[in-house]
Amino acid sequence: MIYEKSATEMATALETGEISAVELTKAHLDRIAAVDGEVKAFLYVDSEGALAQAKEVDQRRKAGEKLSPLAGVPLALKDVMVQQGVPTTCGSKMLEGWRPPYDSTVVSRLKAAGVIILGKTNMDEFAMGSSTENSAYFPTHNPWDLTRIPGGSGGGSSASLAAFEAPLAIGTDTGGSIRQPAAVTGTVGVKPTYGGVSRYGLVAFSSSLDQAGPCARNVLDAAYLHEVIGGYDPMDSTSINAPIPPVVAAAKNASVKGMKIGVIKELQGDGYQAGVLKRFNESLEELAKLGAEIVEVSCPNFEYALAAYYLIAPSECSSNLARFDAMRYGIRVGEGSAEEVMNATREVGFGKEVKRRIILGTYALSSGYYDAYYGSAQKVRTLISRDFENAFTKADVLVSPTAPTTAFKIGEKSNDPIAMYLNDIATIPTNLAGVCGISIPSGLAEEDGLPAGFQIMAGAMKDERLYQVGAALEAALNSKWGAPILSKAPKLGAK
Amino acid sequence: MALSYEKVIEKYEPVLGLEVHVELGTKSKMFCGCSTEFGAAPNTQVCPVCLGLPGALPAVNGKAIEYTIAIGLALNCSIAPFSRFARKNYFYPDMPKNFQTSQYDEPICFGGFLDVKIDTDEGVKEYRVEIERVHMEEDTGKSLHMGGATGRIHGADYSLLDYNRAGIPLVEIVTKPLTGTGKYAPEVARAYVSELRDILRSLGVSDVKMEQGSLRCDANVSLRLIGAEKLGTRSETKNVNSLRSVERAVRSEMIRHAGILDKGERVIQETRHFHEDTGETTPGRSKEQAEDYRYFPEPDLVPVAPAADWIEKIRGSLPEKPSVRRKRIQEEWQVPDKEMAAMINADVLDQVEETVKLGADPTRARSWWLGEIARLANEREVPAASLPITAKDVAEVVALIVRGELTDKLARQVVEGVINNEGRPSEIIEKRGIKVVSDDSALLQAIEKAIAAQPDVAEKVRGGHIPAAGALIGAVMKETKGQADAAKVRELLLKHLGQG
Ligand SMILES: [Zn+2]
Repeated sequence: MIYEKSATEMATALETGEISAVELTKAHLDRIAAVDGEVKAFLYVDSEGALAQAKEVDQRRKAGEKLSPLAGVPLALKDVMVQQGVPTTCGSKMLEGWRPPYDSTVVSRLKAAGVIILGKTNMDEFAMGSSTENSAYFPTHNPWDLTRIPGGSGGGSSASLAAFEAPLAIGTDTGGSIRQPAAVTGTVGVKPTYGGVSRYGLVAFSSSLDQAGPCARNVLDAAYLHEVIGGYDPMDSTSINAPIPPVVAAAKNASVKGMKIGVIKELQGDGYQAGVLKRFNESLEELAKLGAEIVEVSCPNFEYALAAYYLIAPSECSSNLARFDAMRYGIRVGEGSAEEVMNATREVGFGKEVKRRIILGTYALSSGYYDAYYGSAQKVRTLISRDFENAFTKADVLVSPTAPTTAFKIGEKSNDPIAMYLNDIATIPTNLAGVCGISIPSGLAEEDGLPAGFQIMAGAMKDERLYQVGAALEAALNSKWGAPILSKAPKLGAK
Repeated sequence: MALSYEKVIEKYEPVLGLEVHVELGTKSKMFCGCSTEFGAAPNTQVCPVCLGLPGALPAVNGKAIEYTIAIGLALNCSIAPFSRFARKNYFYPDMPKNFQTSQYDEPICFGGFLDVKIDTDEGVKEYRVEIERVHMEEDTGKSLHMGGATGRIHGADYSLLDYNRAGIPLVEIVTKPLTGTGKYAPEVARAYVSELRDILRSLGVSDVKMEQGSLRCDANVSLRLIGAEKLGTRSETKNVNSLRSVERAVRSEMIRHAGILDKGERVIQETRHFHEDTGETTPGRSKEQAEDYRYFPEPDLVPVAPAADWIEKIRGSLPEKPSVRRKRIQEEWQVPDKEMAAMINADVLDQVEETVKLGADPTRARSWWLGEIARLANEREVPAASLPITAKDVAEVVALIVRGELTDKLARQVVEGVINNEGRPSEIIEKRGIKVVSDDSALLQAIEKAIAAQPDVAEKVRGGHIPAAGALIGAVMKETKGQADAAKVRELLLKHLGQG
């Protein structure tokens, strides 16, 4: 089926005229109609908008215009990304019914490249969570096992890829929200260097950690999407004014010969599922076979990463989410004074996890506690950056399992926030240091037959290394398995 | 019974702190491209950024940084090579993000001073006001409370929000505690704000209109017993919207504090509002439980790190300091101290200088702006500078007088016409049919010319030979193209030659 192809293959089919963008879009809308009742990846499907966009791409192609490589290829957009006129909820009741009056930079760039936006995908409310169970609307189900979580916060995006509802998706990664969902759904997810992709129009959770990035079913597809959305944006003061790293070229030149690959000592062992570690070690062997040198590196301060993260992210979110006050947009509840309306609306509009983090952050920033909490966390952040710097003097890229376990059951960890937070133990350091990381499938864990993820990390603006190593490993593993891992996923919609 | 001011200063020493907020005159807002124009229809100058829409991000206005650096340099401050914005978190409906982006512990300019002069019993005395910091922040929107009697939030039926002002760049200039001013504290406070305003105006960074709120002053006042080390508890008076109010508010707070201290009571640290009508302050919200603003560095903005050569470029383009300019003008025009002070107080120095530049002599230019124009401004209860008369108008009127085409009396009519928006001077002369031929000075000029041309005839008339005057009268009539009144010419001529 066409929807099972990669984005690159679809792009070729479009270019050769084998299929039109409208046909391709319809095929995906049909697929969504067929399987999303089970998967529930989408909060909103914009059939009309997608078809209109597809029609325009077809017309432009017919007129002989030179189009971007991904023109006409469909994509699923995480609902944290603002799109003009299309409901944007961030998975929260707070923004129910809000149709933004502007496009995020990522959306503008997607539209300019002719990428077809199918709709908005489910997520943990305001991107806070690791399972998409914190969505105020409904949980999303993992296409590998519908009783399990698809990861989070971007579970809708990863599930839409694994369910062949879209070949490409946009995610955002504050502590692992692109990479962990990719790991547990057998897909690819990239957290670019902080500042590599504009945050303008990304509804902020934690400004200094948030980073939008590409999600796909293979490394090359992700690279093409990266080049569409990446690059400097004057609307985002923290965006880096430098050319996009050559990620497509790197994905095509998938060689690791002579590269040093650093295994982070602290990101394995206790707390990691045996089957996940086994696939991780096998992947290392594959890389060694390809001519890479495997070295062990130590990042002693990673031990404090989770604690620092759970001070910095809630602190920033307590301030970022203050704007949801019922005065200008979103829902409004209650009556009386402005203060009473604000209180009532925030009480009803925010879910439990969001409130938990707002309260944590408000406390951490309070005078008298600031130095002990926020201040110390910032110091830890500096130490973690130094750990990375040291490690990168010994290795070209660093690697670890992406998530400690495969997908857990829906409901299994809902009442244990700490257990939930531990999902991100291997992904959080990258966000704290502003460096980049990718997760690619490393195979299926023996215990449960579910996908595990292999994480590759590189220094700031060295994103091409992720793609170079990722594509090399992907090719080796695919040939070992005989096909991409997703072909082993159960068929949906068959019942 | 309030204490007399004399009693207060016998016993207590005032300590002042002045915080001045200035709206910068940049074309666009602090963090977005929206217009800063005053008076537009509500919520027409807004965008995702200044409305704080989800996902929107700020980008710093480079012009605002340039202006702030210029202010810092003009106030003798150091410019931080690296400074940051912070978030000041509190909930208020007219603040779109429910935090204000402001500079907190890392201001862009710090450690300056401003010298001000005031008249004292011992003559003119100079005081140095030390500047703690100059920093940038964004303004909030405006709440309009509708219904109810007071226009205040309490008792209002509903409120309307206008976000046009939200995000307009503000600069806050904060002094160090100012001591040693003794009984002159109110005057020094006023002189400081006045001097600061002149500097800001000369820099062209703000229109510094206190009445419109583009320059706002908060006055912190505390008292301590003379000779005491420890500072007293301060009050912070807001809503001080004119230079005169600055002086009155400080004096009124000194008297109020002294009254409390004399009774052995404690001054409450609080915000107070100044009322122009009564000249007194009333309490605002108490700061005893200081609000916790949970400041932290703004993660959406990168640090401000102005290049050293850019700072030097700004320094190099700073205009003449107002104090230097005043000295220069006074020397060039030979103006007595009193008149110089009068021009400054009436705030017409710019206008006078401009009038002189356009050809009027300094004395006449000064006397128009300080005389008739000031009088009309007083009548209308507005500052002279805000009347619809320009330096060009005044220069034109002065030229007409000098050429004898207007008498002083007629000129006053013309000036009044301009101020009444009847048009420019030439249009008013035309419209009102102001003709100046009967003007004595014009006639006298013609008479003098005739005398100079026929000195022998004039000598005869002086000698008592009246009929000889006919030749001179004829010459004058010819000179004035027959428009003069011959009887008047005769009268003036004879008077001029000692025969009247
Ligand atoms: Zn704006």
